Amino acid sequence: MSAQILTAAPLASPHAHAGGGVSLVMAKVMLALAPATLYGFWLYGWPAVHLWWITVLAALFGEAFCLRLMRRPALPALKDGSAALTGWLLALSLPPWAPAWLGALGGLFATVVAKQMFGGLGQNLFNPAMVARVALLISFPVAMTQWVAPLPLGSTGAPDFVQGLRIVLNGIPNLDAVASASLLGFAKTELSRGIDLLHTTVPALSFVGERAGSLGETSALLIAAGGLALVWLRVISWHIPVAMLAGLAIPALVAHAADPARYLAAPTHLLSGAAMLGAFFIATDYVTSPNTRLGQLIFGAGCGFLTWVIRTYGGYPEGVAFAVLLMNAATPAIDRLVRPRIYGRDRRGKPLET
Amino acid sequence: MIAAILSLTVLGILLGFGLGFAARKFAVEADANVAAIEALMPGSNCGQCGYPGCPGAAAAIAKGEAPPTICPPGGKALVEALAKLLGIGVDLSAVADEGPKIAVVQEEICIGCCRCLKECPTDAIVGAAKQIHSVLREACTGCAKCIDRCPTEALRMEPVPVTLQHWVWPKPRQDAPAWA
Amino acid sequence: MGLMEKFLALIEPAHWGVHPDDRKRPAADAPVRALPLPERLYVPLQQHIGAAARPIVLAGQKVKKGQLIAEAQGATSAAIHAPTSGIVTAIGEVTAPHPSGLPVAAIVVEADGEDAWIETESVDPFALPPQEIARRVAAAGVVGLGGATFPSALKLGLGLKAKIHTLIVNGGECEPYLSCDDRLMRDRAPEIVDGIRLMLVATGAQKALVGIEDNKPEAIAAMAAAARPFREIEVRPVPARYPMGSEKHLFSELTGMEVPADGRTTDLGALVHNVGTAFAVHEALRHGRPLVERLVTVNGGAVAFPGNIRVPVGALVEEVLAFAGLKEEPARLVMGGPMMGSLLPHARVPVVKGTSGVLALTANEAAAHAPGPCIRCSSCVRACPVGLLPLEMSARIAAGALSAAVDLGLKDCIACGCCAYVCPSRIPLVQYFNHAKGELAAQSRAQLRNEAAKRLAAARAERLEREAKEKAEAALRRKAERMAQKAAEAAAAAGKTPESEATA
Repeated sequence: MSAQILTAAPLASPHAHAGGGVSLVMAKVMLALAPATLYGFWLYGWPAVHLWWITVLAALFGEAFCLRLMRRPALPALKDGSAALTGWLLALSLPPWAPAWLGALGGLFATVVAKQMFGGLGQNLFNPAMVARVALLISFPVAMTQWVAPLPLGSTGAPDFVQGLRIVLNGIPNLDAVASASLLGFAKTELSRGIDLLHTTVPALSFVGERAGSLGETSALLIAAGGLALVWLRVISWHIPVAMLAGLAIPALVAHAADPARYLAAPTHLLSGAAMLGAFFIATDYVTSPNTRLGQLIFGAGCGFLTWVIRTYGGYPEGVAFAVLLMNAATPAIDRLVRPRIYGRDRRGKPLET
Repeated sequence: MIAAILSLTVLGILLGFGLGFAARKFAVEADANVAAIEALMPGSNCGQCGYPGCPGAAAAIAKGEAPPTICPPGGKALVEALAKLLGIGVDLSAVADEGPKIAVVQEEICIGCCRCLKECPTDAIVGAAKQIHSVLREACTGCAKCIDRCPTEALRMEPVPVTLQHWVWPKPRQDAPAWA
Repeated sequence: MGLMEKFLALIEPAHWGVHPDDRKRPAADAPVRALPLPERLYVPLQQHIGAAARPIVLAGQKVKKGQLIAEAQGATSAAIHAPTSGIVTAIGEVTAPHPSGLPVAAIVVEADGEDAWIETESVDPFALPPQEIARRVAAAGVVGLGGATFPSALKLGLGLKAKIHTLIVNGGECEPYLSCDDRLMRDRAPEIVDGIRLMLVATGAQKALVGIEDNKPEAIAAMAAAARPFREIEVRPVPARYPMGSEKHLFSELTGMEVPADGRTTDLGALVHNVGTAFAVHEALRHGRPLVERLVTVNGGAVAFPGNIRVPVGALVEEVLAFAGLKEEPARLVMGGPMMGSLLPHARVPVVKGTSGVLALTANEAAAHAPGPCIRCSSCVRACPVGLLPLEMSARIAAGALSAAVDLGLKDCIACGCCAYVCPSRIPLVQYFNHAKGELAAQSRAQLRNEAAKRLAAARAERLEREAKEKAEAALRRKAERMAQKAAEAAAAAGKTPESEATA
């Protein structure tokens, strides 16, 4: 009977598992991103589709390249889906008709510099997609702010598959015809020209994406729906999104009430730019956010508040990426300061008194 | 332009002096106290390190002439304790430590000459003339001084047998990264 | 502080532990079977926390069932008795039911098939003084049957010393698969209640709280019915959640108090005993029967007829599995529950007093999976019932920084396995903690050894010095003696010479 040795090395308990794994988590996040992405594809047509797959492929290639360099098997690591997700999130934050090289460079930068150079999955201090986005924004400010007005698939003048490819590879012909400003960019420009917000026509909100912007900001509604699905699936908890949106909305509410001519309203803040994408998909990144619920609330609120500060007073119209990176840097400190209370001890770690 | 270069240079020099001053002023004295080091050492004066007994080795370590890894009976635990005391980092993987060893008498070769008894720094070997000697497992420090004294090579260093009480869970393997 | 705690409770409702699929049925509902008496029983001398017992029988000696064959040795130890009648054939070694696969000293008893008990006296145990109850519990070799196998009599004695007011009886049995306590409570509730009453007398406690997880309604009903006549015993259902059976967690659930990190439940006036222990106490005092057999849950996907089996201590797992039948070759053999049980190196290991279950798991159940990198999802932080940061501790241990892991609370870890159970990267977190705890213990042992060696060396130096001094003194004395002798001789000679001269 079973007298033979069953396992060579002793294995510690538990001898059971709740199931699930890293790739399942990543798959659920991608599934939650899919509706907003597909809607973005429809809205911006083939160039956006081409930019998306090029960025994702570049991220995957960067990951595989680094792993080969370290003589580690690449395929299993690629299968966990984290690199693809990084590329995907980056693609969602780019202008939809951005040139292919921008996406490719960003994807490579995200996985090579922001992830593998820190030691790979789980070791990076900063969110790779946001590092890449900020690097691109600083290096190529023009290409990164060429927003186009939505031109849905099938509408007149929308580029077909080949035309889309050409746009992505060779740049946008006749740029002025399609160019448009994002809401936040528009507001910033108007304010810098000395026109207050009461005397200009602030464009409509991007509930469902009637506005120019990146793939990920055009439909705040679909992004939020995907995020709520993640909360429901228990992939993420409500703490970071709620804290981040509150951290953004509360100062906006107060400031707008005080001076509507100078400050944008809270709903405008919440529904434009990458607020929703950031709150549900970027700030909630496991690797770069705190461990405890209280820490997550602090982290989320910090992301939201910094976003508002940068949008309102900073040089860039959008601040989610900067805000998230700044709070990423604060995460180790938050984790050090905010720890769960150990059974039988007080919060400082001293044994309880009997 | 020149003003900028100059001001930055001056700033750099000033800060550099500041740092240098602070480094001297607030330097943490490495507590290279011979007595403290000696207190950590096995104290069996076996001489395997090449110094005259544990006090000699402690003095050498305190002066920085000997690395904290010279003491074979002390093993990894001693290296760690010394590194902590001296405030230095030590690469533990460099310490050849196959675990503690103790001397064992092979009864069939022992002639009962009593030479090893006199050599043992901890009186860990018991026996009488013309009687087979035996090593007290708990008292042996594994200094191996007795080995060379035995005229019949009846003494051998053997690893301390692992028992249920002493078994330690192996560290999970990490060389195969993760998913491999 | 109060406000802060309230806020924290709001953002994170009490959420310790995990809710594993319990897989207790159908094994829990199957009637108890008895293992046919094996030919040979291998009774380890170390089946408890503390020092191993010392054998008091010789090979070839005839023993009766329940006869003392090894006595407790030292302050913390437990007696061992013959599990059946027969002949002691050897005192040797058997593979321990331990993941290391190392041997343990054991007495081998060859059964004569009669299974004849020793002569037992029948007394009214409630007429006995508390100390005598504890003494008899010790004589019966009763140990904590919840898994810790701490000698029960010592714990009862502790109760008398520490002013215990509440006896907590642990019927939590929170480990998946296991149902031996459940079964015992269903079938033997009056006996358990009797044992609880005896333990109340032995400890001087005024009341007993029986905590049973609410996934065992039959056991709750049976125990409530049995305890109804006794006002001092209260049966309290507790929510099914792992690790509810942890001593400190059950205590907190039942009393609302928290045991300080450096303390025990006895500091707060409560003593925790398992239901199986209560039954063993009843057997020992009512019938004079020592602990020589126990109920073992045999379960797992590879077992054909899972259920609870009455097994004599010392029977091989192999025989128990053969009796329950195997559907397929198991991928893992586990003694105990899947969350905290030990992996068995093979099936030729004996069942011991602390064996609550034998699991033959299929590859699918064992969920063996190569570990991946930590993604800092902090599922482990949420699952940890103690409030530790398993991901941070394991990272420190992986880097060899054991003291950093201790600073994070490694010593508060109860090795319940919740963290590794939920880890999506399947990191063997518990093994990291076990390794670190073992390594730290080894270091402190080495330290003690070092100090002992130093004492020995000093003693030797002193001895040598004394010997040298004595030698010198002896030499001086001898010299003095010689001188004296010489002087005497000289004097004698001097005396003689004039004499001789005179005679001359």
